[in-house]
Amino acid sequence: MTKACWIWRTTIGKKAAMAVTGVMLLGFLVGHLLGNLKVFLGPEAFNHYAVGLRHLGDPFLPERAALLVMRLGLIAAAVLHVVAVFQLRAVSAAARPVAYTKGHKLNFTPASSAMFWGGLTLAASILAHLAHLTWGTLHQDFRHEVVLNGITYPYADAYHNLVSGFQVPWVAALYLLAQIPLAMHLYHGLWSACQTLGLNHPKYNHWRRPAAAVVAIGIAGGYCLIPLAVLTGLVTLN
Amino acid sequence: MNLILHVWRQASPTARGRFETYTANDVNEEMSFLEMLDVVNEQLIANNQEPIAFEHDCREGICGSCGVVVNGEPHGPHRGGATCQLHLRHFKSGDEIWIEPFRAKAFPVLKDLIVDRGALDRIIQAGGYVSVRTGSAPDANAVLVPKQYAEQAMNAAECIGCGACVAACPNAAAMLFTAAKVSHLALLPQGQPERTQRVEGMVARVNAEAFGHCTNHGACEAACPKGISVDFIARLNRELLKAAVLPPQEP
Amino acid sequence: MLLDAKIPGGPLASKWSEHILHSKLVNPANKRKYHVLVVGSGLAGASAAATLAELGYQVSCFCFQDSPRRAHSIAAQGGINAAKNYPNDGDSVARLFYDTIKGGDFRSREANVHRLAEVSSNIIDQCVAQGVPFAREYSGLLDNRSFGGAPVSRTFYARGQTGQQLLLGAYQALSRQIGLGTVKMHPRTELLDLIVVDGACRGIVVRDLVSGQISSHLGDAVVLGTGGYSNVFYLSTNALGCNTTAIWRAHRRGAGFANPCYTQIHPTCIPQSGDYQSKLTLMSESLRNDGRIWVPRTPGDRRNPANIPDGERDYYLERLYPSFGNLCPRDIASRRAKEQVDSGRGVGELSNGVYLDFSEAIGRLGQPTIQARYGNLFDMYARITGEDPYRVPMRIYPAPHYTMGGLWVDYNLMSTIPGLHVVGEANFSDHGANRLGASALMQGLADGYFVLPVTIGNYLAGPRPAPLAADAAAVRAVEDEVRQRVSKLVDNDGDLSPTHFHRELGRIVWNYCGMGRNAAGLRTALDQIPVLREEFHARVRVPGSGESLNQALERAGRVADYFELAELLCRDALEREESCGGHFREEHQTEEGEARRDDVNFAHVAVWEWTGASGQQRRHTEPLAYEAVELTQRSYK
Repeated sequence: MTKACWIWRTTIGKKAAMAVTGVMLLGFLVGHLLGNLKVFLGPEAFNHYAVGLRHLGDPFLPERAALLVMRLGLIAAAVLHVVAVFQLRAVSAAARPVAYTKGHKLNFTPASSAMFWGGLTLAASILAHLAHLTWGTLHQDFRHEVVLNGITYPYADAYHNLVSGFQVPWVAALYLLAQIPLAMHLYHGLWSACQTLGLNHPKYNHWRRPAAAVVAIGIAGGYCLIPLAVLTGLVTLN
Repeated sequence: MNLILHVWRQASPTARGRFETYTANDVNEEMSFLEMLDVVNEQLIANNQEPIAFEHDCREGICGSCGVVVNGEPHGPHRGGATCQLHLRHFKSGDEIWIEPFRAKAFPVLKDLIVDRGALDRIIQAGGYVSVRTGSAPDANAVLVPKQYAEQAMNAAECIGCGACVAACPNAAAMLFTAAKVSHLALLPQGQPERTQRVEGMVARVNAEAFGHCTNHGACEAACPKGISVDFIARLNRELLKAAVLPPQEP
Repeated sequence: MLLDAKIPGGPLASKWSEHILHSKLVNPANKRKYHVLVVGSGLAGASAAATLAELGYQVSCFCFQDSPRRAHSIAAQGGINAAKNYPNDGDSVARLFYDTIKGGDFRSREANVHRLAEVSSNIIDQCVAQGVPFAREYSGLLDNRSFGGAPVSRTFYARGQTGQQLLLGAYQALSRQIGLGTVKMHPRTELLDLIVVDGACRGIVVRDLVSGQISSHLGDAVVLGTGGYSNVFYLSTNALGCNTTAIWRAHRRGAGFANPCYTQIHPTCIPQSGDYQSKLTLMSESLRNDGRIWVPRTPGDRRNPANIPDGERDYYLERLYPSFGNLCPRDIASRRAKEQVDSGRGVGELSNGVYLDFSEAIGRLGQPTIQARYGNLFDMYARITGEDPYRVPMRIYPAPHYTMGGLWVDYNLMSTIPGLHVVGEANFSDHGANRLGASALMQGLADGYFVLPVTIGNYLAGPRPAPLAADAAAVRAVEDEVRQRVSKLVDNDGDLSPTHFHRELGRIVWNYCGMGRNAAGLRTALDQIPVLREEFHARVRVPGSGESLNQALERAGRVADYFELAELLCRDALEREESCGGHFREEHQTEEGEARRDDVNFAHVAVWEWTGASGQQRRHTEPLAYEAVELTQRSYK
C-alpha cells in the first residue's frame, strides 16, 4: 500500500493511473458502442439491451446492482483520470516558470497537442450527452417508461430517446463534431498509454501508432454511424 | 553573411533577464554557431562590454556542456547534433536568430545562456550506477552479454547529459535522460542486482527536483543530439511499475 | 631538486607486486580521518576520487566544468588497450610493455610502463563490471580490434565513444560516492594555487566560477588529475577549457616539470577553415586503413582534385614508406604532411591540408562497405566541412592532441612536492616521447583505480605534518596572492581580449615548436614569447568583475599561465638536442628524414625546477636505465 501511495506521488505513477483509467474508459467506449449499434436491429432488440443492462446478473443480483457497480467504477476512473491530469499539469506548469519567447513544438502532432483541451471538451460533451440521453434534461421528447414484451418498465425508452434525439439536426451535428476530439484523444492516449505502461518491444513498436489510429477511427467512426443512420432515415422511430 | 541576434542577457540568477540585439557581421557559413558567438564576444570586449556567457567545452558534440535554444529549438535547427556542431550554413544572411537559455525550473539560469544542470547529476547520484568497488570485479569475459543487449545498452548510454530533452519537453521533464541511464544498466547483466533500487531511487530524485511529467510528444527525442529513442522512456516506466507492482524477488 | 624515482628493486615483473606488499597502509579505522583533495574529474581524477572514497578516505573533488562528467577524457574515440590476449594472438603483459616502451621511443621508465601493462587487464574487468557497454561478438564475448598499428588486437572499444563510456563509468562510481556523502563534489570550481607549507602540499586555493569567491581547502594530500596542455598551441583537439593552470601553479610552488617538449600531434584532423576557428576536430586514425593520402605534385596546383590525373598526384607516404604506406606512425604521418604543406602543395581553400582519398577504396569495396566502416566519421566530416567525402576527397591536417610531458612523479605518483600527487595526462610518467593510440585511457584509469589508491598510503601513513589552521598566515598569504592576480587582470586598463593573446601565442608555439623544431626557430620563439607576455599583461582587457561568473577572466588566467609554460616548452625543446617521438629536431635526422635519437646524451628525463621567474628554471635530469629492453631505432620503411 505504501508502495502504491509512493508511486502515485511520482509523475510516472500518475501517468500510469491515467493510462489504466484511460484504458478502462476505452473499454466502456467499446462496450457502449457495441450495445448502441443494436439500434440497427430495431426498437425491440435495442430496448432489450437497455433493459437487460439493468437486469445484469439477474437473479443473483438485485436490479441495477451490476450497472451501479459499473457506473461507480467508470465514475471513479474518470475522476482519477481528471484529478491526475490536473495534478500533473500543476507540476509541469511549475517546472517551466519562464516560457520560451520563440516556442517551437518539436515532434508534436495535432492529437498530442490537443490532449488537454480536447479532453476537457470531451468531458463537457459527455456531460451534455448524459443530460441528453441518460437524464433527459436536455431532450425535447424524453420518455421515462418503456414497454418491452408487453411489460412496462420504469426505465427510459432508450430507442425512442436516441432516435428522436438525433432527429434534431443540430444535435446530431454537435454529436458528430464531438467525435473529432474523441478520435484524437484516443489516438494519442492509446499510444501514450503503451509508453506509460511500458508496453513496448522493438519488434512491435512500429505498430503501436497505426494500431492506435485504427482503434481511434474505429470507435469514433462507429459512433458516427448512429446519428448518420438517423439523419439519413435508415433508422426511424417505428 | 550578416545575422541579427536576439540574445538573452541575465547578469545573475536573481537578476531580471531581457533580450539584447546584436549583429554578427561578415561571418561566414563555414563557422560553427559558437564560433559566431565568439566573434560577437570579441566585438563586445573590443567595445568594453561584457561578452555573452555561454557554456561550451569540447566543441565536438560529446561533452554535453553546450546547449542553447535557437529559434525555439534546443541545439538549433539541425538534428542529431549539439549546439557546437551547428554550422552557419543552416542560416542565410539577414536571418534573425533568437538565442535563449534552456528554460526549466530545475535548470536555474546562472548567467546569460548558462544554466545549472546539477539536477541531472543528482539523479545519477541517486542510483545511476553499478555498485562495484574497485578491484572486486570478476574477469571481464566471465559474464556473457548478448551482442544485441550490449548494442541497445550502448544506444542508451550514448546520452551526453546536455539537458536538451528537458529543454525541449513542453513540461520540462527529465524522462529521456533518466530513461537512458535506467535502460543502459537494466539491459546489462551487471545492472541486475540493483535494478529495483536503482529505478526507484532515480525516479524519487526526479520527483524531488522540479521536473514536469511526460506527455509522450517525443520532443525530447527530436532535440536529442544523440537521437536517443523514446522507447527507453517506455522501458523506464516498465521498470518502475514492475518494481512497484511485483512483489520483491525471492532469493 | 632531489629526483628519487623510488623504483622498487627486484626483477621488473615483480616490482609492482613487491611494491604493493611493502607499501604503507593506513589503518582502515583511521582512513576517514584523512582528507584527500582530488582536482580534476576526468578518467584519472574521477577514478581516483571514487576509489579513495571506497577505501574510506574523506575526499573532496574539484572540477571547473559544471559536472564531473564533462571532463575531456569523454572525447577519446578509439579505445583502450589491455593485455588480455582474448583473441589468442600472442599478446601478453610483456608485449604490451615492450610496445609501449618502443612506441614511447625509449624515453619512459621501464618500471612504470610494466606496471601499466600489468594493471591493464584489471581496468577492463572493472569497467565491464560497472556496465561499460564495450563492443561484443555474437557469442557475448568482448570484441577486440587492432589499433594504431599495434601488431596484436588488444584494443577494447565502445563504438567511436570509448572515452565517453569509460568516463561515464568512472563518473558513475564517483556519483555513487557523492550520493553516499563520502565525496564532496565541487563543480564549477577552478584551482588557482596550491598551499605549500614547510615543503609539503597542504591544500589548494580555488575560485568559485559562479560567485567568484576565492577560498582555500586544506587536506592531507592533493591529487592533480587536470590533464594536458595541448591548448598552449591555441588550436588543438582539446576542449576549450583544458588548461595548464593547475600543474603550472604546482610547478611554480616547487613541483618539477618533466619533458614539456614531448607533445603529440595527431595526423588526421580536419584542417582549419579560418582565423575564427576555435578548435580542431579529430577524425579517427582508422580512416588511414582505407584512405590514400596524396597532394598534387606541382606546388600551387589549385585544380579540383577530380581533375588532377593520377600521374600528377604524389602519394607521398606510399612512396616514402613502401611497407607501411599510409599506416605509418602518428608522428611520421604528421611530419610528412607538414612538409608537403610547407612546400606549397597544400590543398583546400587555405592550402592547409592534404587529401585523404577514399575513391579507390569505394571503387574496390563499394560505397556500402565504406559506409559501414566509417559512416559516422564521414557524417561528422560532412557536418563540419559541408563537403561529401564519398565524392570529394577528405582534407586532413595534423593537430596537437596530447602531451606526454607533465609534472614529474616518482613511482608512487608523487611529485617533488611531498603530498602532491599527479595522475593521468597531467603527469609525465608512462608514454615517454610518444603515446600509442588507445594508451591514454589505459594510463588514466590505471593511475586512478589501481596505482594511486595503493601508493598514496606511502605518504599518508608517514609522519603527519603539524596541524594547519584554515586561517593560518600561510593560507591567507596564498589566498591574497590569488586575489591580487585576479584583480590585476580585471582592473587592467587594456584593449585586447584574452583570446587574441592566446591565438598569437599559439601561432608562435605552433610555428616554432610544433611538428618540426630547430634551434633558430626555438630561439626566435623564446625571443617573441616574453615580449608578447609583457604585452599581454599590459594590454589584456577583462570586462566585468571578479565577483561573478566571468568567462573572459577564466580565459585570461589560463592564457597567462600558458605564456610561462610556452617558454619552458621551447626551452626544453631547445635543450633536447635529439629527435625522439613527438619531439623532432630538424638538426637531428637521418638522411631519409627520420628522427635520430641520442641515447648517449639524452636517455634521461628532463625535469625543470622553478627558481622564481619564468624562463629561469633549472634543468635537472633523471637518467633512464634500461634493463629489460634493448634500445633500437624505429623503422617503418
